[in-house]
Amino acid sequence: MKILVPCKRVPNPEQKLKFAGTGLDLSNPGWQVNPFDEYAVEAALRLTEKGKGGERSGEVVLVAIGPKDASQQIRGLLAMGADRAILVDGQDEALDANAVAQILKAVVAAEKPDAVIMGKQTVDGDSNQVGQLLAGYLGWPQATFLASLTLAADGKSALATREVDAGVEEKRVPLPAVLTVDLRIIGKKAVHNEALVAATAEWEEGPRYAALKGIMAAKKKEIKELTAAALGATPQVLVKTQGHTAPAGRKAGVKVASVEELVAKLRNEAKVI
Amino acid sequence: MSVLVYLETTESLVRTASLPAVTAARALAQHRPGALVGVIIGAGVTAAAQDAARYVDKVLVYDAPSLQAPLAETYAPVLAEALKAAGADALVACATSTGKDVLPRVAALVDAGMASDISGVEGTATFKRLTYAGNAVSTVQVASPTVIVSVRQTAFEAAAPGASAGAVVAGVVPALNALGAQFVALHASKSERPDLAEASIVVSGGRGMKSSENFKILEQLTDQLGGALGASRAAADSGMVANDLQVGQTGKVVAPKLYIAVAISGAIQHLAGMKNSKVIVAINKDAEAPIFQVADYGLVAEWEKAIPALMAELKK
Repeated sequence: MKILVPCKRVPNPEQKLKFAGTGLDLSNPGWQVNPFDEYAVEAALRLTEKGKGGERSGEVVLVAIGPKDASQQIRGLLAMGADRAILVDGQDEALDANAVAQILKAVVAAEKPDAVIMGKQTVDGDSNQVGQLLAGYLGWPQATFLASLTLAADGKSALATREVDAGVEEKRVPLPAVLTVDLRIIGKKAVHNEALVAATAEWEEGPRYAALKGIMAAKKKEIKELTAAALGATPQVLVKTQGHTAPAGRKAGVKVASVEELVAKLRNEAKVI
Repeated sequence: MSVLVYLETTESLVRTASLPAVTAARALAQHRPGALVGVIIGAGVTAAAQDAARYVDKVLVYDAPSLQAPLAETYAPVLAEALKAAGADALVACATSTGKDVLPRVAALVDAGMASDISGVEGTATFKRLTYAGNAVSTVQVASPTVIVSVRQTAFEAAAPGASAGAVVAGVVPALNALGAQFVALHASKSERPDLAEASIVVSGGRGMKSSENFKILEQLTDQLGGALGASRAAADSGMVANDLQVGQTGKVVAPKLYIAVAISGAIQHLAGMKNSKVIVAINKDAEAPIFQVADYGLVAEWEKAIPALMAELKK
């Protein structure tokens, strides 16, 4: 089982966003891995090990598109246990979801994974497009917004539960497929590879921490640096960002002293109940 | 060229979640010559087609047993076909779970650029959208000949029917290949409450509620107000409530006339999902909680005392 996990660094979402003219000031953004991509790495690791802390069986290959210093965040994911990584040279501001999907398509052609598992969206661009675009370009089936994932014992299909507006949908897809994960995927029993573990197998809740041993091992793991051209990709940017502005702020209102005062305000001032 | 709007349907009607997409599509059609064409897809959607026709100049209907379940693998090629059949170079749909799943796949099939979750139409191919958890408003321009947009439901009014109903035209369903993907089942969330994204009152609980047992009192308050129940990511993450109740950047975006946040600190990613509510009430025991910075009315109190008191006061 070979799983390709695209991952991206994003500015720390808890940090206040700074503007510079019509652009963003990302001089000190506190780069970190997009949380959903970290969950995808956790899911991929669970699919390729014989239970929690068990022997590895399969390969998890990371792919990121970014400048050289994005290798810092990649090392963190290698320390979690991913086997190796590919870093395709690129600058965020010169890419859009379409260009990213086209580069990933070329990486898939080169690596021939059994599945692509990735976050459902990045928390900077918030586009929620790349997985679906990639599946469309590859002509592969897709299962998006996964809450759980069970890989069949024969390794040929996956049963996914997806979070949809009406509730939870179950969808089965043959492999290879593109799978995008939502936050429930890091639940204790959310991911199973029937070839390796029983349906009752559990992991720790959440993405695993890198142990010292993992951090040391990550230093020796390969991060192969490539370019889109070397991969034979000619990515097209179809959506151009013209600028950013700060949204109209919301002013803090008043503190009320009691429930009685609150209800009176809602009835007589705001007139919403 | 026409503007095509994808309308999701219930058994016999257009899903109300799709009506803001009609408003956005009408705004886009103002910038582009040509008709506004609707498209509906499913199995046995004839009645819904009549309802859809009230909102558009013409509605294309793709009705086939194999289109019963909304599989991206089959719906995307049908929408690509509908673009051709409608003579359209723009496709608009709401950013529902189906819209988010299917639209980018259509974009790949027709080589179109897509603007996700737009909150404003600025020109023929220029849109406003919120990024960075709602902390930036980005202006984007789609440079491809065909333009695809998904629409943030809360940013546009639900459309009213037009003056006259459009024609209903059967579309020719192309040969479909689900690529082996199978819809297995839908476990619908059973709720008598209004849909979270459409409710006029939303009561949400956060980490401070501590347990799913404690959420019951919020359910009672919600029902007393006739609203929908929501939750912060922290509450959904810890399993206190189902994840489909999550309000925030990575959950539902809501903009009700009244939003009551209970025991929610107000993380950036939560604010991204509710800060466009008309009136925000925050109840939190921590006077320094960031939620108070966006609340119109803040009450510093423990929910254990405030919620029963609030329910009693509302009965007066």
